[in-house]
Amino acid sequence: MPVAILKKRRLIPGQTSELTLDASHIARKARPGNFVILRVSEKGERIPLTIADTDPQAGTITIVYLVVGKSTAELETLEEGDSILDVCGPLGKPTHIEPCGTVVCVGGGTGIAAMHHIAKGHKAAGNRVITVIGSRCEDLLLFKEELSMFADEVVVTTNDGSCGMQGFVTDGLRMVLDREPSVGEVVAIGPVPMMEAVANLTRPYNVKTTVSLNSIMIDGIGMCGACRVVVGGEVKFACVDGPEFDGHQVDFARMRQRLAAFKPQEELSWAEFRRLRGQEA
Amino acid sequence: MPEQPARERVKNFTEVTTGYTLDMAVAEAARCLQCKKPVCQAGCPVEVPIKAFIGHLQKGDVTAAYKAIRETNSLPAVCGRVCPQEVQCEGACVLAKKGEPVCIGRLERFTADEYAARSACEQLTGDKACPMIREELKVACIGGGPASLTVAGYLSTLGIKVHVYEALHEPGGVLVYGIPEFRLPKAIVKREVQAMTENGVEFHLNWVGGRTITVQDLFDEAFQAVFIGVGAGLPRFLKVPGEDLTGVFSANEYLSRANLGRAYAFPEYDTPPFPGKQVVVVGGGNVAMDAARTAMRMGAEKVSLVYRRTKNEMPCRLEELEHALDEGLHLEILTNPVSFAGDDAGRVTGVTLERMKLGDPDEAGRCTPNCTGEYFDIPCDLAVIAVGTGPNPLLLEATPGLKRNRRGYIEVNEDTGETSMPNVFAGGDIVTGAATVILAMGAGRRAAKEIARRLLGSDAPQDVPPLHGGVLEAQD
Ligand SMILES: Cc1cc2nc3c(=O)[nH]c(=O)nc-3n(C[C@H](O)[C@H](O)[C@H](O)COP(=O)(O)OP(=O)(O)OC[C@H]3O[C@@H](n4cnc5c(N)ncnc54)[C@H](O)[C@@H]3O)c2cc1C
Ligand SMILES: Cc1cc2nc3c(=O)[nH]c(=O)nc-3n(C[C@H](O)[C@H](O)[C@H](O)COP(=O)(O)OP(=O)(O)OC[C@H]3O[C@@H](n4cnc5c(N)ncnc54)[C@H](O)[C@@H]3O)c2cc1C
Ligand code: SF4
Ligand code: FES
Repeated sequence: MPVAILKKRRLIPGQTSELTLDASHIARKARPGNFVILRVSEKGERIPLTIADTDPQAGTITIVYLVVGKSTAELETLEEGDSILDVCGPLGKPTHIEPCGTVVCVGGGTGIAAMHHIAKGHKAAGNRVITVIGSRCEDLLLFKEELSMFADEVVVTTNDGSCGMQGFVTDGLRMVLDREPSVGEVVAIGPVPMMEAVANLTRPYNVKTTVSLNSIMIDGIGMCGACRVVVGGEVKFACVDGPEFDGHQVDFARMRQRLAAFKPQEELSWAEFRRLRGQEA
Repeated sequence: MPEQPARERVKNFTEVTTGYTLDMAVAEAARCLQCKKPVCQAGCPVEVPIKAFIGHLQKGDVTAAYKAIRETNSLPAVCGRVCPQEVQCEGACVLAKKGEPVCIGRLERFTADEYAARSACEQLTGDKACPMIREELKVACIGGGPASLTVAGYLSTLGIKVHVYEALHEPGGVLVYGIPEFRLPKAIVKREVQAMTENGVEFHLNWVGGRTITVQDLFDEAFQAVFIGVGAGLPRFLKVPGEDLTGVFSANEYLSRANLGRAYAFPEYDTPPFPGKQVVVVGGGNVAMDAARTAMRMGAEKVSLVYRRTKNEMPCRLEELEHALDEGLHLEILTNPVSFAGDDAGRVTGVTLERMKLGDPDEAGRCTPNCTGEYFDIPCDLAVIAVGTGPNPLLLEATPGLKRNRRGYIEVNEDTGETSMPNVFAGGDIVTGAATVILAMGAGRRAAKEIARRLLGSDAPQDVPPLHGGVLEAQD
């Protein structure tokens, strides 16, 4: 059943957008950490996107995506009033949220949007929430205002120093960890190298670190094993056992290799899409 | 039955067997002896009135034949294609002793296809006998495979409103995501589903039982009964080193890409296939055959089937094995994978196999494979693991009240299909473990009968009536 797009915000024009979807059946059940699998059109691929926010009263969910290939580019062609052919969810185990004092939520790139929902959940559970967000430069920074509305502190890092601290999110995180002796948990969502760097950074601090793994998925209900990840030496299905796992246990090297499994086909697919749309650039 | 030549078909996804013409069907039907005691019928899990339908075909009366089959079977076009007839109806046929049983499956397939093709005109005659749907009688099915479709089909013809909740974006279960197009064209499943929709069944696609909606939610929304048919879709792996390498797939993933995602038509369709030239498929069932034959059609140079027993013990349908061998399948029987090897990029490059030898028969009469300690390697750039599946866990985890058996499947009352939760029924692979389409349908039928009895009381028919023909072939 197609799901209508009620609102579209171009967060970074041509690159990242936020869609508010009319999906009361999903909004009513979605918890922080859940995701949906969607298919833009009849010949499209099933792709997973995190639920960045929900409004159960209004019956809406919000997704935020970065255009990286054919499916996300096709999604970007949709406007308010258009519909997404299939949206399935909520999927995945919700974030395990319990009162644990101070939580540091780290987000990189589009991962900031996904982290937003989790940070909000921790706040609602009575935790003190410090968020650390980062991007290459100020123009690419997402959700700074949204996070400021509830987070106890928002630490900003940019690679070029155009906003906040100059450096990576790990630099911001290190500052927070050195300053705060009683951090109960670190949550990190973003590109795989970023999550790996965060996990490596927090290990000597001995602080529980949760990462959200974005492996390739098909059904999202545990029937195919495409999303296999190795955690603590064991094979897990990210869609039903995760997507959140103990960052200190994840085999990130295998994860990166598996994410690249279909690279040539993905490139072909995107090139074909651009050719058909006559914007060979 | 006419087939595409092996050399042609191995390059396409069009159905392998092209079907009987009316003349051929009548000629084949004429071979039936119309036995006093039709033993074939006892061989069919849903007791299709085989003698009657073939009798009608002998006179060329396709409509009557179709109606006869419909009395007990709501998916004849599917069953005619995928049932293991050699061990069921055809195996029981008296002519089987002479080695030439009546081709019951093919006649069933012909009847369903032929009838569907004629439907358009019949529809105009307005022959529609189903009672009006009574919206207050609500039944939910979770999962949209053959078990649930049978429940939905039967109950809707009795005027009961059925809602089907399916997690994927297409209904049909394994018929859609597992069994390939060249064996069971998707249009056939669509046709059946379309007919049910026209008969008042509502399909909610992309709804996950246990996530989007729970069993409790359904009762809160005034459903009177819930049928669970979520299948046994959890892929089993071998648990050997290297199995997480890129290029090693579960059969479910490999086949879902090809079937549900139509990866064979990439890049017209977006789901990418994983190209493999040297392919190894592990297993000996229908699933392994489907994976192997799919790989051939996706451009593999050599496809080897690794199986730890011999050809005689393979659980697949005989016809599938023969088709696969005609198409060039290479058998590595009496071998078992012990590890996969990969390159620096984490891609699979080969598999180490151990030679096996057959030992004594087990309780079920199948010889157990024993290790020999002898190993050898074969290269591969794609491996597909088809060694079975387990119960799909999502709904079960969300419904702790459901009693399960030792193997993790749902426990039901054998006569009614009812689970440990009142008015919650279950059937198909989620009860039996991976089995067959027709057994899943038989289970659906049993549960549907009981649900009808409870909802309709004395109005319920003694036996479930046929899903009336006139509404079934609406499409085409
Ligand atoms: C649980 C989960 C949550 C996610 N949340 C978000 C989010 O909130 N915002 C966001 O922008 N992205 C998110 N992603 C990643 C997003 O799914 C991919 O960016 C998207 O599938 C890319 O598709 P494409 O066709 O545009 O690009 P492609 O060119 O097909 O692929 C680009 C890269 O995306 C990954 N990818 C490709 N196909 C899939 C697939 N079917 N499933 C998963 N990954 C794939 C691969 O690493 C690939 O190299 C999430 C992924 C997962 C698993
Ligand atoms: C590749 C392959 C080839 C086969 N070949 C043959 C053959 O030739 N002949 C034969 O007789 N049998 C064959 N079988 C077996 C046969 O397909 C199955 O026994 C039969 O489909 C079982 O039917 P079912 O309705 O119980 O479940 P399924 O067909 O498995 O359908 C279950 C459905 O439930 C959905 N689902 C799962 N979890 C949820 C949830 N939580 N919420 C909502 N929906 C959910 C699934 O997406 C699926 O659509 C084959 C199986 C496979 C995999
Ligand atoms: S349903 Fe299957 S077993 Fe029964 S008669 Fe038809 S082909 Fe034979
Ligand atoms: S996506 Fe298929 S099992 Fe996780």
